Amino acid sequence: MRGMSRFGLLLWAAMFARSMNAQSQTADPATRRQRVVVASKPFGESYLLCEMFSQLLESRGFSIDRRPGLGATEIAFGALRTNAIDVYPEYTGTGLIAVLHDSLPDSVVADSRKVFSHVARRFADLYHVRWLPPLGFQNTYAIAVTRQSAARYHLRTLSDLARESQHLTAGFTADFIGRSDGLVGLQRVYGIHPRTVRPLAPAVKYQALASGAVDVIDGYSTDGLLSKYDLVTLIDDRHFFPPYEAAALVSGHLEQQSPAAIAALTLLSGRLDEQTMRKLNRRVEVDGEDVRRVARDELAALGFVGSAEVTHITSGQAQSGFARYMWDRRATLAALTGRHLLLVGLALLAAVIVALPLGLALERTRPLAEPAIGALGVLQTIPSIALLAFMIPLLGIGVIPALVALWLYALYPIARGTYTGVRDADPEAVSAAEALGTTPVQRLMWVRLPLAAPVIMAGIRTAAVITVGAATLAAFIGAGGLGEPIVAGLALADTRMILSGALPAAALALAADGVLGLVEWVVAPAHRRRRIWRRPTEASA
Amino acid sequence: MSHAASTLKHMPTSLTARNVSHRFGSVIALDDVSIDVPAGRAVALVGESGSGKTTLLRCFNRLVEPERGEVRVGEKDVRSQPSVLLRRQIGYVQQHGGLLPHWRVLRNVALVPTLQKTSDAEDAARNALELVGLPAATFGSRFPHELSGGQRQRVALARSIAARPDVVLLDEPFGALDAISRADLQEAFDTLRRDLSVTTLLVTHDLAEAGRIADEVVVMRKGRVEQSGTMRTLISAPATEYVARLIERARAGLEALRP
Repeated sequence: MRGMSRFGLLLWAAMFARSMNAQSQTADPATRRQRVVVASKPFGESYLLCEMFSQLLESRGFSIDRRPGLGATEIAFGALRTNAIDVYPEYTGTGLIAVLHDSLPDSVVADSRKVFSHVARRFADLYHVRWLPPLGFQNTYAIAVTRQSAARYHLRTLSDLARESQHLTAGFTADFIGRSDGLVGLQRVYGIHPRTVRPLAPAVKYQALASGAVDVIDGYSTDGLLSKYDLVTLIDDRHFFPPYEAAALVSGHLEQQSPAAIAALTLLSGRLDEQTMRKLNRRVEVDGEDVRRVARDELAALGFVGSAEVTHITSGQAQSGFARYMWDRRATLAALTGRHLLLVGLALLAAVIVALPLGLALERTRPLAEPAIGALGVLQTIPSIALLAFMIPLLGIGVIPALVALWLYALYPIARGTYTGVRDADPEAVSAAEALGTTPVQRLMWVRLPLAAPVIMAGIRTAAVITVGAATLAAFIGAGGLGEPIVAGLALADTRMILSGALPAAALALAADGVLGLVEWVVAPAHRRRRIWRRPTEASA
Repeated sequence: MSHAASTLKHMPTSLTARNVSHRFGSVIALDDVSIDVPAGRAVALVGESGSGKTTLLRCFNRLVEPERGEVRVGEKDVRSQPSVLLRRQIGYVQQHGGLLPHWRVLRNVALVPTLQKTSDAEDAARNALELVGLPAATFGSRFPHELSGGQRQRVALARSIAARPDVVLLDEPFGALDAISRADLQEAFDTLRRDLSVTTLLVTHDLAEAGRIADEVVVMRKGRVEQSGTMRTLISAPATEYVARLIERARAGLEALRP
């Protein structure tokens, strides 16, 4: 029965996807052929390059579907491999180590051109994915400390860091901690073992370092914030980090379908040097300029697009109040909120349709109940990023995999609530009803479900609030919603942007809980409903 | 169905169990038990917990299906009709009333007439409430939690007789009440069952209660019938030492109250 429902939902999801596709098809078949999906990973430079690719292609007549901020390497590359996206900026070192897991002789690793040709050949063979010629700059890992720490501990190289590491607290991004070209490799090659390693979000690590909460962080060599905080980048004296040359990574599909798009993107090859990128990143991450404007300025400077005033966002507005900021974005935020509601509503509805009957069925086959509900509980422990990454080969990116993931997370509280509620519904009342000649169905409808309603509703309300929160992660697979400004704001170190997504999401969680509270009042057993809303009893009136 | 009920009405119904045995897993609950409840009479099953008295009671409305033996309500074997239909013809009260907490009193009492699709189910419920001394006008629209424990058991009693069954099964119906409510309700029930001439099987661990309500007492111990007969017989000629001790203990309880 479970298998059937799951299958049914997939079928339904597939039909939903078709209908969404059908909508976009009807728009204009000619432009649809020229539609390019441009994506990025969730950090500032990736957003900026994504925006530059997009505007460049737009100036050449392509219509662009922007999917910035895709989860991380697994999700972005997974999406590219399955042709769910067409292009995103990637780095050769990441391709070499995080995707290929290749280890090359030191002589090769030391030569960035050899690394590029190796990675390009291997990606073409294995994944039918093409690296366009490098953009012209490297963005390698930069292990950074404050100037004071560097002086106090005499730190200049990573070997110096290894010597002092047991006295130091590290704040690394989760990505870096787990990667073999990250902390794992540093431990192996240099013997760097910090006293404590704190996982930090990219947006906060510089502040953590500046405030003294951590002593050493991982940055990117082109980060705008490295110069803002006057940090010392330690020299990789054993040449552990491979070259991280930035390049456009292009799907096999785009390469075949649109040579014109490839040609346009290749215009950028060799045109962006490290100094330029550091300057551009600084404008975005430190000065808080709009990514679109920065991208436009640089494309204009390179002579690829006209320099006409393009953006309606002026730097003056960046200084105005938060309320004004929200008001200026009301249309976008309303659309994002609508999308968020759609994701939550559909996922929750599908979860109720499946988990409520499942809870009832398990109550009748109790030996199966704990293992089955336990299995649903295990789903809760799968990190959402991992679950989303896992779904890309099956469902691509966008709304459908997000719905399926949210649905999976919502099953447990509803099934648990239904099972527990019905199992524990006033046993005296249930047994008396049985002894007086009610049928099992009558007992369920008249006694057990009404008495279990508050517990079932508690499960549904929990699921709703969890889903509103989890749906912000849908942005990592390009499903939109209020996670979009949150993810972008985290990547661009823009607090107002984070809040512009987080506050409506919080309001939505409260609203969802409130609305379901009303539903709970309606379905609550009558004797408990009266306690919530007291009226004079008919008897005493 | 209602036709069957009305034919039963004209023919007073007896209860019979013959050589009934039942086990729960490896525990023997009933070991070759036979009892008779003559039509219109009241019999009490007395014993300690685990004696099998509740199991035997529940055989008559098929809440327990015994492994061996024969159980009859009237002339008919209980298995001759679907259990749901059988149960609607038999009143039932359990220790903790088991009222549906989300239904008002009147709807609770109207449960069995409603199940029988009686057109005037609410009238039947009102009559039953009057019979147990709770006027429907005052109590009908209350929820069970708005009543005292004694009132709740009266409602449960009203529910058991609302469809005017020929048989009622009472499983420690007064057990959870304070002494005064208990005595009141015992008296109310005794009157009621005589007026309605309903055949009664009562489970209790209280010998005095059995003596007050029942025409005949069946003492059970470890799944077997220790002795059955009138209270007078039990007192004058206890068949076993266990019965004698049981009577002695009940008497000691009463002695303790003497000034």
